[in-house]
Order: sequence, then C-alpha cells, then structure tokens
Amino acid sequence: MSGIFTKTRGLKEQVTHYCPGCTHGIIHRLVAEVLVELNVLGNTIGCASVGCSILSYNYLNVDMIESAHGRAPAVATGAKRVHPDKVVFTYQGDGDLASIGTAEIIHAAHRSENITVVFVNNAIYGMTGGQMAPTTLLGQKTTTAPEGRDASHCGSPLRISEMFAQIPGASYIARVSVHSPKQVRRARKAIKKAFEYQLKGRGFSMIEVLSTCPTGWGLSPIEALKWLDENMIPYYPLGVYKSLEDD
Amino acid sequence: MARTLMKGNEALAEAAIRGGCTHFFGYPITPQNEIPEYLARELPKHGGVYLQAESEVAAIHMVYGASASGGRVMTSSSSPGIALMQEGLSVIAAAQLPCVIVNVQRAGPGIGGIQPAQADYYQMTRGGGNGDYRIPSLAPATIQESVEMMHEAFEIAEHYRTPVYIVSDGMLGQMMEPVEFKKRKLRSAPKKDWAAVGHGGKREPLVVKTMSLVPEILEENNRKLQEKYRLIEESEYQYERFRTEQAEIVLVAYGSTSRIVKDSIELMAKAGIKAGLIRPRTLWPFPVQPFTRLKPFCKQIVCVEMNNGQMIDDVRLAVGDRFPVTFYGRTGGVIPTPAEISEHVKELLKRG
Amino acid sequence: MAKEIKGIVSIAIDRCKGCGLCTVACPLDLLKLSETTLNAYGYHPVQIERMDECIGCGNCFQMCPDYAITVERVVYEGEWYGQNIDERQ
Repeated sequence: MSGIFTKTRGLKEQVTHYCPGCTHGIIHRLVAEVLVELNVLGNTIGCASVGCSILSYNYLNVDMIESAHGRAPAVATGAKRVHPDKVVFTYQGDGDLASIGTAEIIHAAHRSENITVVFVNNAIYGMTGGQMAPTTLLGQKTTTAPEGRDASHCGSPLRISEMFAQIPGASYIARVSVHSPKQVRRARKAIKKAFEYQLKGRGFSMIEVLSTCPTGWGLSPIEALKWLDENMIPYYPLGVYKSLEDD
Repeated sequence: MARTLMKGNEALAEAAIRGGCTHFFGYPITPQNEIPEYLARELPKHGGVYLQAESEVAAIHMVYGASASGGRVMTSSSSPGIALMQEGLSVIAAAQLPCVIVNVQRAGPGIGGIQPAQADYYQMTRGGGNGDYRIPSLAPATIQESVEMMHEAFEIAEHYRTPVYIVSDGMLGQMMEPVEFKKRKLRSAPKKDWAAVGHGGKREPLVVKTMSLVPEILEENNRKLQEKYRLIEESEYQYERFRTEQAEIVLVAYGSTSRIVKDSIELMAKAGIKAGLIRPRTLWPFPVQPFTRLKPFCKQIVCVEMNNGQMIDDVRLAVGDRFPVTFYGRTGGVIPTPAEISEHVKELLKRG
Repeated sequence: MAKEIKGIVSIAIDRCKGCGLCTVACPLDLLKLSETTLNAYGYHPVQIERMDECIGCGNCFQMCPDYAITVERVVYEGEWYGQNIDERQ
C-alpha cells in the first residue's frame, strides 16, 4: 500500500510548453506510465502530429517521428510495416485526426493496423488559436464560428468513437476523459488495454480522450474541467465502443 | 539472367526488387499500375512488404514513416499523383531520408490525359513542394537504362539520404523491350543510426522531424541541405552526347523524346544536315558540362520536349548567351514523330 | 494492528504553472495556490497547507499536468508520531 507517486521515467525532464491546466500533460503521463509498466519504453516508436502536441517528442522518452498534419496513421503504418515487433503509436488532436486526417485514420483502422492511437479531443483547434474543429459542439463559440457552431452552415460535431466502432478492423475503441482523478485513473486503464491489444497483435486500437483547452475555450483551468463535464460528456459519452468478443 | 522481353513498368518493378527494395506503398493510377501490380505479386516472395495505400497522400507518408524507421522503400505514381505527394516529398527531403519515387509521366495539367508527356519537369526539378529542396532525378531512355537507374537510385538515395526520382513516361512504361538484369553487387548501405527504431534503453531517444521554430536553427538545417545538394551537383550529373562533335544544330531531349530525336537526326543526316543530341540522363542535377563544351560548329540549340517548354529554362541557363535556344514540343499526350522534328529543323535552318 | 495511510507531498515549485487542477482534486482541500509567492515563470505555485491531514490518495498527482507533485504514501501501523492510531480513528 505504500509507495510513491512521482514522474515516470517515461517522461523527460523538460517542462512542457502547454498552457496552465491543459490536460495534454496528464495524457502524456498516462501514455508514458503505461509504456514503462508494459516494459516497452525502449521498443516504442511514437508518431507526433501537428497541433499543440507536436512537441510531445520533447517530453515523451521514446524515439519519435514527426508527422505532417493528419498523416500520423500513415506514418505509423510505414513504421509498423518495417518493425512489426515494435510498439507504434500515434498521438493526435481533433484537427489532425478528425479533419485533415480522416482518410488516414479510417484506413489504418480498416486495415486493422496493429498500432495504438491516442486521440485527444478538446473540441477546438488549440495550437492555431482557437478555431472551430470538427468536434466543436453546436453553439460553442470559436474564432471561426464567432456566433457559435451552426449545424445548418457547417454540420454537427463528429463522434469518432461511435464511427469507428463500426469498422471491422477496429479492435479496441474507447472514449475516456481526464477531467477528474477518477476519470484519469480510468483513462489510464483504457490506454493500457489499448497497448496490450497491440502487444497481443489484436489489431487497431484507439482511445479518444476528452480533454480541456482553457485558453481556447476562454475559461480558467478549473472552469474548463467543469465545462467538459457538463457539455462534452453528454454529447461524447464515455465508454468502450468496440472490443474483441473474448474480451 | 538471360535477356527477356519485358514491359517498362514491370522491368522497373523487377529492378526494384533486385535493388533491395523492402517496402512499397502506392496507389493505382494510369499508366503505371503494372508497377504496384507486379510488386504486389512478387515483392512478398522476396520477403518484402507491398501495401496499397488509400491515396497518394497516404502512400508518400507511409514511405516517410518506413524510411524514417530504416526501410529501403519506394513508391510509384504518375503526374497528378506525384502532385499529391509533394507535401510528403518536402517532408522526406527536409528530414533527409532515402526513398525512390517513380514518376510515369502523363499529360496535364489537371486530370489531363493518360498518354505520355514530359510536363512534370518543373514539378520534379524545382522542388515541387514547399521550401528549398531538390530531388535527384534520373531520366532513362530505354528499359535497360531504367533497370540500371533503378539500382542506382536506391544507392544514391541511401548514400546522400535523399529522395530520388526515376523519371519515366507512359511510353517507356508501357512499351516492351529486351532487358537484361545483370548480376550486381549491392553497395553496402550506410548505417542508419538516425532511424527511429526504439532506443532500447541504450541511448537518448531520437526524433525524426522537420519543424524548427527557431529561425537560426532552421537556417542552419537549410544550409546543411544546400551543402548536400552542392555535393550531388558536383558528382551525380549524367548525360549522353550523340553526334555533337560536328553538329551545326544541337537538339536537347530526354527520355522517350530523345529516342525520337535520334531517329530524326538520322533523317536529317540523309538530308545532309549535321545535327546532334545532348541527352540529359539526370534532370537534376542538370548536366551543364556538355553545354559549356559545345564547339563553335554549333549554330543553335533546339530543346525538344513533350510539354510547353520546361527543360528549356535549364538549357538556357547552361548555355547563357553563347547560342540561340529555341523550343519544339508537343503536348496533351501527342507524341512527336521523327519526321516532324526533322522538318522543323529544316525550317529553322532555312530561316537562318 | 490498526493502520493509517498518510501522504507526504512535495511540490516542484518551478514546474508548477498555477493551474489549480490539484486544488479541486484534493478531497480534503489541502492545496491552495500561493497568493504571494511567484516562481521563475511568473506563476503562483501551489502549496500544501496541512500536510499532517494528507491521506496520500494521490489525486493531486493524477491531475497535475506538469508533474510538479510527488506524493509519498506511507503506511503507519499502530502508531503515528507517538499517537495511537486506534485512538485517532
């Protein structure tokens, strides 16, 4: 029962550039902890994507390949086909995965590429200053939808986990959140499960992590946690959307 | 292996296998589909991996990922597909990764046509994607030459850590010629200690990347790239001279067009015209040497291309103001005949 | 023997961005952003007010995006600093 909660060796010393209260830091930690726990830190190749998290390669203690916007699943496919025995993952935001990269992510799942995707959904484009994302909620105000998202003009938000549950090649699809310690612990379990799927060669796994963007949302970090809970969870319910039968 | 009759595209694919290609990622597009089809069938038999991507965009990024993790990787496409690959090619060049790209050119612009053309000269030699970079481009004129250049391409790619184009076109891709695959020792590839393969707990993690938000660092990265390109320019240009010694008119052409021009030179010789050909075998680095060594016999230069005049820019740069340079070309997929080129030259000479 | 779990929280002040996520994560309200101290980045770092009440749950550690918090969880059996645990509980 005793022990110590401290920064994992899966993370570098570097202080992150993320805004105060941005939950990227938590999600990075979960991925790092899981890789250490599964004893694969040295055998992992991560694919960073374009968004605030492009600099994840400054924080995660693994070899990484920086990928152009949306292309991380293709880059990961290339790496995994050269090194099927290594752990390959992507870390992508909602613009990267659900906008410009929809073809690449769908086809990686469709091919059941044996990779793990960490999909960070914060309903906005953070890095570029708070524009609307495919995951932005109806009525949510962003810099490119200043009156709030209007479905008749630009459609409704994309529910990625639900979509992917229908893809035969997708093996483990779950949506989690990191807005409270309880959810953070559940998120860690799901991320570990996803990497275990990869280690057992069970195909494509993806964890959609609901995340905050205090700066983009114009809220304090604590208010942002609340906003996520009250607004995102109802539209993006948490849960396991796909897992293999015997699981 | 004995001489065998093969289609250009298939010969390229076979040559890639013998050149040690381990991974192919591509997407169907006319007129190069025989390349992925051949590799889908044969590459796995040699322990390689063939994967059809969902688009050329995805394919080139798979190439990037595979190369970044140490694979000996290639792709192939045709002009509009190559246009889609420009983003990935800029990234691969910037990251200094090796790979081979076959462009079986077809007519453009836009969706264009499926017949042969040479309208990607700018796209291939002027970078094509964003930023300052170059891609060595090998331009065969026969299927035998294609096969040899394919071997070379992998070696140049790995030696210099750069993408390399094989410049083909619909005619070279679809025609059949006898070809011999000579037994060739693969030059041992340099150690890829820059590849992202997992640090194994034995070294610091490495990152394959192209972004740098600090201008001074990015400028330094650019300088290193440019230094590499100077080295390539000094040592990797190739060309062929055909009857240029006494030529009063020198034609410049590459690829399929160069063969048509050679035939037209024979026709002109029968008419008493001394014509010669400078055939660039690399488009970048462009062979400046044969132009600087042109004898004063030569009165003018005609650049013949299956486009609206792209290589002519490089010819003019190489020639300066020493000789007048004019252009003859057909486009849209129309292939010039030896007779029409010969007639054109006669007209030029008549006009004086 | 009765057991009590206590936590020893240490905060890396120059990693803290004063986001406050730990302050709402703590079930016992033990963490507060300093109102007077500024760290090297110009943030008000968090402080733990009544360390002796910390139960070492680690919630603050879970919610910190900057890995500024370390929680050592110690299991005391029978006694805690001379006090009998049975009597404390």
